[in-house]
Amino acid sequence: MRSGFNRSRTRVLATIGIAAAFLTAACGSSSSGANQASAPGVTATSVTIGSTQPLTGPAAAGYSEIAPAANAYFKYVNAHGGVNHRTINYTYLDDGYNPTNTATQTKKLVLQDNVFAIFGALGTPTHLAVVNYINSEKIPDLFVASGCNCWNDVSKYPETFGWQPDYTIEGKILGQYINQNFAGKKVGFFAQGPNDEFGTDGILGVTDELQNGDVTLLPTPQYYTPTAAGAMAVGTAIAALQAAGAQVIVSFSVPLFTAVALASAAGLNYHPTFVVSNVGSDPATLTGILTGGALGTKLPGALIDGIVTDSYLPLASDSTNPWISLFQGIKNTYAPSLPWDGNVLYGMAEAYTFVQALKAAGQNPTRASIVAAVQNGKWTDGPGLAPYGYSSSNHLGFLGVQMAIIGTDGAATTAGPVQVTTDNASSAITTYTGTPSTPPTSGIPSD
Amino acid sequence: MRSLLRRSTLLRHGLFFLALAAILGALTWFVFDPFTEYNVAGVAIYAISAAGLTVLTGLNGQVSLGHGALMMIGAYTTSVLLQWHPDLPLILMLFASIATTGVAGAIIGIAGARLRGPYLAGATLSLAVALPQVPTHFASLFGGNQGISVPTPVPPDALAAVTPQQWFTWICLAAAVITFFLLANLVRSATGRRLQMVRDNEVAARLAGVDVARTQVLAFVISAICAGLAGSLFAYWITLTSPTGFTLTLSLSLLTVVVIGGLGSLTGAVLGSFIIVYLPVWTGGFASSANLPSNVANNVPLAIYGIVLIAAILVFPRGIAGGVASISRAVATTFRSRRQTSTLPASPAPPAQ
Amino acid sequence: MRLFTIYTVDGVVNGMVYAAVALALVMIWRATRIVNYAQGAMAMFTTYIALVVIQHGVWYWFAFVIALAAGLVLGALTERVLVRPVESRPPLNAVILSLGVLILLEAVAPMLFGGQTQSFPAPFSRIDITTGSTQLYVSPFDLFSVGAVLVAMVLLFLVFQRTTLGLRMRAAAFNPEISRILGIRVGRMLTLGWGLAALLGALAGVLAAPAIFLYSNNMDEVLVFGFTGAIIGGLDSPIGAVIGALGVGLVLSYVSGYIGSDLAPLGGLVMLIAVLMVRPQGLFTFGRQRQV
Repeated sequence: MRSGFNRSRTRVLATIGIAAAFLTAACGSSSSGANQASAPGVTATSVTIGSTQPLTGPAAAGYSEIAPAANAYFKYVNAHGGVNHRTINYTYLDDGYNPTNTATQTKKLVLQDNVFAIFGALGTPTHLAVVNYINSEKIPDLFVASGCNCWNDVSKYPETFGWQPDYTIEGKILGQYINQNFAGKKVGFFAQGPNDEFGTDGILGVTDELQNGDVTLLPTPQYYTPTAAGAMAVGTAIAALQAAGAQVIVSFSVPLFTAVALASAAGLNYHPTFVVSNVGSDPATLTGILTGGALGTKLPGALIDGIVTDSYLPLASDSTNPWISLFQGIKNTYAPSLPWDGNVLYGMAEAYTFVQALKAAGQNPTRASIVAAVQNGKWTDGPGLAPYGYSSSNHLGFLGVQMAIIGTDGAATTAGPVQVTTDNASSAITTYTGTPSTPPTSGIPSD
Repeated sequence: MRSLLRRSTLLRHGLFFLALAAILGALTWFVFDPFTEYNVAGVAIYAISAAGLTVLTGLNGQVSLGHGALMMIGAYTTSVLLQWHPDLPLILMLFASIATTGVAGAIIGIAGARLRGPYLAGATLSLAVALPQVPTHFASLFGGNQGISVPTPVPPDALAAVTPQQWFTWICLAAAVITFFLLANLVRSATGRRLQMVRDNEVAARLAGVDVARTQVLAFVISAICAGLAGSLFAYWITLTSPTGFTLTLSLSLLTVVVIGGLGSLTGAVLGSFIIVYLPVWTGGFASSANLPSNVANNVPLAIYGIVLIAAILVFPRGIAGGVASISRAVATTFRSRRQTSTLPASPAPPAQ
Repeated sequence: MRLFTIYTVDGVVNGMVYAAVALALVMIWRATRIVNYAQGAMAMFTTYIALVVIQHGVWYWFAFVIALAAGLVLGALTERVLVRPVESRPPLNAVILSLGVLILLEAVAPMLFGGQTQSFPAPFSRIDITTGSTQLYVSPFDLFSVGAVLVAMVLLFLVFQRTTLGLRMRAAAFNPEISRILGIRVGRMLTLGWGLAALLGALAGVLAAPAIFLYSNNMDEVLVFGFTGAIIGGLDSPIGAVIGALGVGLVLSYVSGYIGSDLAPLGGLVMLIAVLMVRPQGLFTFGRQRQV
């Protein structure tokens, strides 16, 4: 009897020992560097991110290229080993620039597609519809494709980060240029709104700066609603600006509405100088929209000639710039059907920044680690002309822009140095003296 | 017991809907994943609005292409009140929306009492396009195109184990069950019969002593109350109230839900709502996985919806509920006739001519 | 005074485009007792066809004719294939069918022609004419738009009132049974009616597109305003449709200019309700119902 008991106890101990050995081997200890499924949307071999984009509708002109362009860059990175051997899967859903649709599509991304993070969600009114939800679910909301300074609210929206310079920063620098070059002229506004943060922030930034100058600011901004029907009403708005005698029109408008405004002005025999926010001034997009509409003998080139705008990335037409040649080459291989213009550049540059963040988030990224990575990043390499502003107290991206003027052939020329400032109305605008960085030879951010 | 059930519509309906509520509540708690909970809440919301519209258009014969505008009134009532006082209880918001939309429905009903057919359709279509412009224009009060944010309802502390999503789905399902219970009783009541009488033959109804105008207005008010309730819940569901959520497409979708489901059929309203919420969900996944270019992929759900509408109305002229009814009737008739022929005695010789 | 002139001209030009749509709707209503809610979407589709043709280097006027011909074909096909089965059914079924066609066309157009908003050329300048130092608030293209719609209306009137074909079409619409007995191919007349209506719609599409651009639902509002005009005039009256649509165009323009462009559709609604309160079947519908 005793030997039997001993045998069974041995058997039990042996079983336990073998089981223990199995478990240890199966877990794969992190010290050996294996990937784990460390967060929702992250598996050992992939990271899934998502966003809502205006792929159709009144804001689709130009903007519908951004997500496919970003995806092209991700495909390039995936083809070269991914990030920590994980492929980046980018799901982008169409919301038609309709905030109600943004809400339903975002619910889909979070509840059905289980994304790790929202990346590059586009639009100010559209993203405002979902920013509360995303933050309450503690999902990283990285590099919103909108310049609203509402994204810079660390206490209310700790997960949300901007990327492009916000409209107040842009507005101040545009305002300074107007003071310097259009002294004594009458300045009117054409903006998305009323009560749209895109339009409101932009007007605020410009107005604050124009107070210091010698221009006459027309009291009533003219607004447009960013819907299909709103495009029909633009003619009335431009006619009102003409009646008020505006010689300079500052336009915070998405590309379609910039184009309609230009066409309306031409139709009225009205030739003010247009100063357009970078979100709505891409020459190739405007030319594409305007081509074919007969406005007497005016060609699209004549309509966009002389538009004053700004840029925070190298100009898309500057093929000598190493970032441009890098991105254009990647686009030609991975998304040959896309044109090459400012929107495609935007998408790829944004994707570059995301890869920087993902790399910095560690081998097994979590939602908290990627947010921390952006806040502590202090990256100095990147396609931007001005530095990033990310810190634990600032969730805004690029801190400044460079002025540019569009020519008849659609190529823009820079006009002045890169300048940086803050959201604060009273803070000064200073010239940025740093040198622009060059891309790494691999085209992928270094670790 | 059985005779009591047969005699009392109220009891029959009450037991049915109570059981239905219990089943749906249990499913939400035990079975549904969060995405399904979200979609089921949507189905309930559309069903409430569609039920009201099916009473108006199916039972009472008045075509309304503007029910999206009524939902909008309900949604904005709730949103503006919440913006003013974020802590107002949800049940109060539902009743406030019901009240304002009911009044709006009465006004529209009175204005439209003399309009028939395409003239009423045109007036309500114009309303559907015009009314969303009010919040767009009066942006300081109504938030403009960007809209007003609406907070998600949180469950009371006693039910801490319930997620806000589940809690809201329960609320929507409860509202739908109660609405359908009330409407089911209405349909079977004298008022319901009056509504149908006016639809079938206005002159005869008038001769029978029915106040046609008052009946028309009542039908509008009933459907408006449903739309207001649905609109209020819609605001919570989307967490945003903006004119962009109340486009012409919404009004037209509600009408298609009603006709496809079956005019006058409450079951049809649910079926149609299910299709309209789930068709984009099913087709959306297909589009992205099939690697189509974006302009094709994004429009596949819409194209399928258009084809489904055309096919459904050609194949089921009386809606799905009508189609199911005719199929089941055809089946029943076949069975009955087969049974009859087998039990009939040999027929007597025909009388000599 | 200057602003008033601008708004009046705008109102008349837009009103004529709405009038083309209104007339199309009235034609279809008189023939088949159906409101074709897809009329605007059909116009959008035929305008896209014209754009594709132009982008391949074809002369504008050929593309213009092709758009009108495409409208004729599209309208005829829709009636023959889709609408015929619902003509004898409850009217709501036809409503749903035309909504289905609207949705389908608005989904297929971006699939075939791209999802981006495109501009569409105008055959004449859209810059306001200046004679010497005075600026007239109308452009050559504006004059062409108004003229084209007027010519189309006159031609249609002549066809309907002065030709045998027109007589047959009117008979088929007025009393299908008797017409069939008299040897008129009623079905074929209805198909032709839908085709001609869609041709008018296609004209409205190419006239509106230079100003409102071309995308899948650009004609939605044009349809609503055209329908409003037709209702105001009375669905049985072609003259009423034109007058109603012109009225809508003017009201929208004045409200848009003097009050705010957002509120223009509300102006249209108020006008509609005002007319319908007094005359529930439109201004120019004659013949009284039996009342108890």
